[in-house]
Amino acid sequence: MSSETKQILTTDGIPLEVSLKKAEKKNKIKAFLLVAPLLFFLIITYVFPIGDMLFRSVDDKMVTQMLPKTFKAMENWDGQELPDEEVFAAFHEDFIKLVEDKREGKLSTQLNYTKNGFKSIIKKLRRKSKSFEEGNYKEQIMSVHKRWADVEYWRAIQRRAPEFTGQKYLKGMDMYVNEEGKIVSVEEDRRIHRVLWLRTLEIAFFVTVFCFLMAYPIAHLLATLPMKYSNLLMICVLLPFWTSLLVRTASWMILLQQQGIVNDFFVGIGLVADDNRPEMMYNKTGSYVAMTQILLPFMVLPLYSVMKTISPSLMRAGKSLGGTPFVAFWKVYFPLTIPGIGAGCLLVFILAIGYYITPALVGGASGTLISNQIAFHMKSTLDWSFASAMGLMLLSGVLVIYWLYNKIVGIDNIKLG
Amino acid sequence: MALPKYTEPHYRIWHYIYLTICAAVFFFLIAPLFVIFPLSFNAEEFLSFSDGMKRLDPDAFSLRWYKDMIYGTKNPWGLAAKNSFIIAIFATIGSVILGTVAALGLSSRHMPYKGLIMAVLISPMIVPLIISGVAIFFFMAKAGLAATHTGIVLAHIILGTPFVVITVTATLSGFDHSVTRAAASLGSDPVNTFMKITLPLILPGVISGGLFAFVTSFDEVVVVLFLAGLENTTIPIQMWTGLREQLSPTILAVATCLIILSTLILVTAELLRRRSERLRGINR
Repeated sequence: MSSETKQILTTDGIPLEVSLKKAEKKNKIKAFLLVAPLLFFLIITYVFPIGDMLFRSVDDKMVTQMLPKTFKAMENWDGQELPDEEVFAAFHEDFIKLVEDKREGKLSTQLNYTKNGFKSIIKKLRRKSKSFEEGNYKEQIMSVHKRWADVEYWRAIQRRAPEFTGQKYLKGMDMYVNEEGKIVSVEEDRRIHRVLWLRTLEIAFFVTVFCFLMAYPIAHLLATLPMKYSNLLMICVLLPFWTSLLVRTASWMILLQQQGIVNDFFVGIGLVADDNRPEMMYNKTGSYVAMTQILLPFMVLPLYSVMKTISPSLMRAGKSLGGTPFVAFWKVYFPLTIPGIGAGCLLVFILAIGYYITPALVGGASGTLISNQIAFHMKSTLDWSFASAMGLMLLSGVLVIYWLYNKIVGIDNIKLG
Repeated sequence: MALPKYTEPHYRIWHYIYLTICAAVFFFLIAPLFVIFPLSFNAEEFLSFSDGMKRLDPDAFSLRWYKDMIYGTKNPWGLAAKNSFIIAIFATIGSVILGTVAALGLSSRHMPYKGLIMAVLISPMIVPLIISGVAIFFFMAKAGLAATHTGIVLAHIILGTPFVVITVTATLSGFDHSVTRAAASLGSDPVNTFMKITLPLILPGVISGGLFAFVTSFDEVVVVLFLAGLENTTIPIQMWTGLREQLSPTILAVATCLIILSTLILVTAELLRRRSERLRGINR
């Protein structure tokens, strides 16, 4: 039919369809140009650096570059018995070069990550290597320390040959590649990271549950009270929301300390003895209490904005049809608030899972989370590739939750205050 | 919430239990903030109420810690406050400009790949701060901007823009685009239209986004901890150090000032929100 109708032309003689498409394209470009500055700014300063983290977490070029000749010579070594003279000579050559550049310390740190015991024998080798004679390096190196004659240590060096490695991710889950190349868990008493992951999940989960249990009644009250009262009560939610995180943490530190007000109160009502005040801070309790109060507004606000839209006549209808108030609430009101519950819970859970400041201040040793471990490796051990690996493991967890959030609520529906 | 007269007794009891629970939760939310006020006027060096304070003895109260905050010789609060304000102001300006312009593009119905781009733009808000901190630190270290004000300002722009984008897109969602078309048909160029028509109408959203960006920057500690050198110390960093080492009443004096500041910001944000809802015709 369209072939029969004449094409509509604009005044310039261009078919309308073409002209419209052109205009559409122009508008698209215009809209994109407006977004472009921020988009490119974020891509350069934020998205690429996160990619850089990914690269760092698997990057293992350092040792590869420090011992180029050794790894070349090791290519035809089967790893069963001690390598032959060729490997030892190459290793000696690489090592002398490292000592000249004063980088043998870095090598020992790196190799020590792979196998404990490298630090001392590399130090010893540096001292002894000055008096080495030319030729027969195998004998000379092996005579420095008995570990240099142990094939396990040479296998450990060989394992560092590839430029990329997933061992930081394994370490984050308390696993490693053993001598036979199999992935195994570390001994029971050294599984610190698994404990941390589980604790992070546990604290985030219970903080979300507590927040939900506390937020639901007050969000309901705020949504049903007349405006003039609810506005006043809303301040109780919004003031903590706008107050500095550190201020709120500080107030919990004052409240929860052993000579603090909460303990004073417990002693006052005779709940605990004065000389037996419980520790409420620097443990999990501290993390729970402080994080729940700090994250509570993030649960109240989405719940409130959903409850506000539910007409009170629905509950009345439910009751008039014979439901008791409880039945009316459970069958009518509660299902309508589920989008708000989903939004609030996922928001609080995502925030809680990456919490750092509050657990570091009130959590003590038993209340710290995975974020604290990441910060510790960034600042104290300077094992940045491990920090990156754990960060990305956390991030992938968050992205899964975020994806769920998008499915349930949609990112466009995020509401602030 | 008066109950109707015919309410049965057990529902009446349940209703009062419900109100008590609500009161307890509100108390839990707001009470911790009010502990800080009286203790910051403590004449003693302890962080609990002295006997004098319980008797409301005037001698037990003093401005000692406020004086210490302002005049204390070793106290870095002056430098920290200056840095915090400078960084927050520039970060806010940057976030507001970039975020508003991007929101204008995003709310155009011609925008391609809207969902994907929106996800990238608000990602700094979703990604846990510690990860953002690590990533931004790697970038700034490479760019040679670690331990500089510029580096921290840029970092805070990254963290602040999502709030501006969200609030301004929300404001624009109720925006009547025929007014800009009317302006264009009357011969106004796009920049002029934006300045004279669009901006005044979306201003409440822009300002409340700006307030979020300001608070985010002013209160931010995780990323700054990675980036800041001694010269770039900010109020949150000083508080963090103080809280880790030794809780001194001076910190409470600072905290009181911060609570007053956040009250002011809350009032401004609330007024703006109401004005914005009025302008968008949402009557409640």
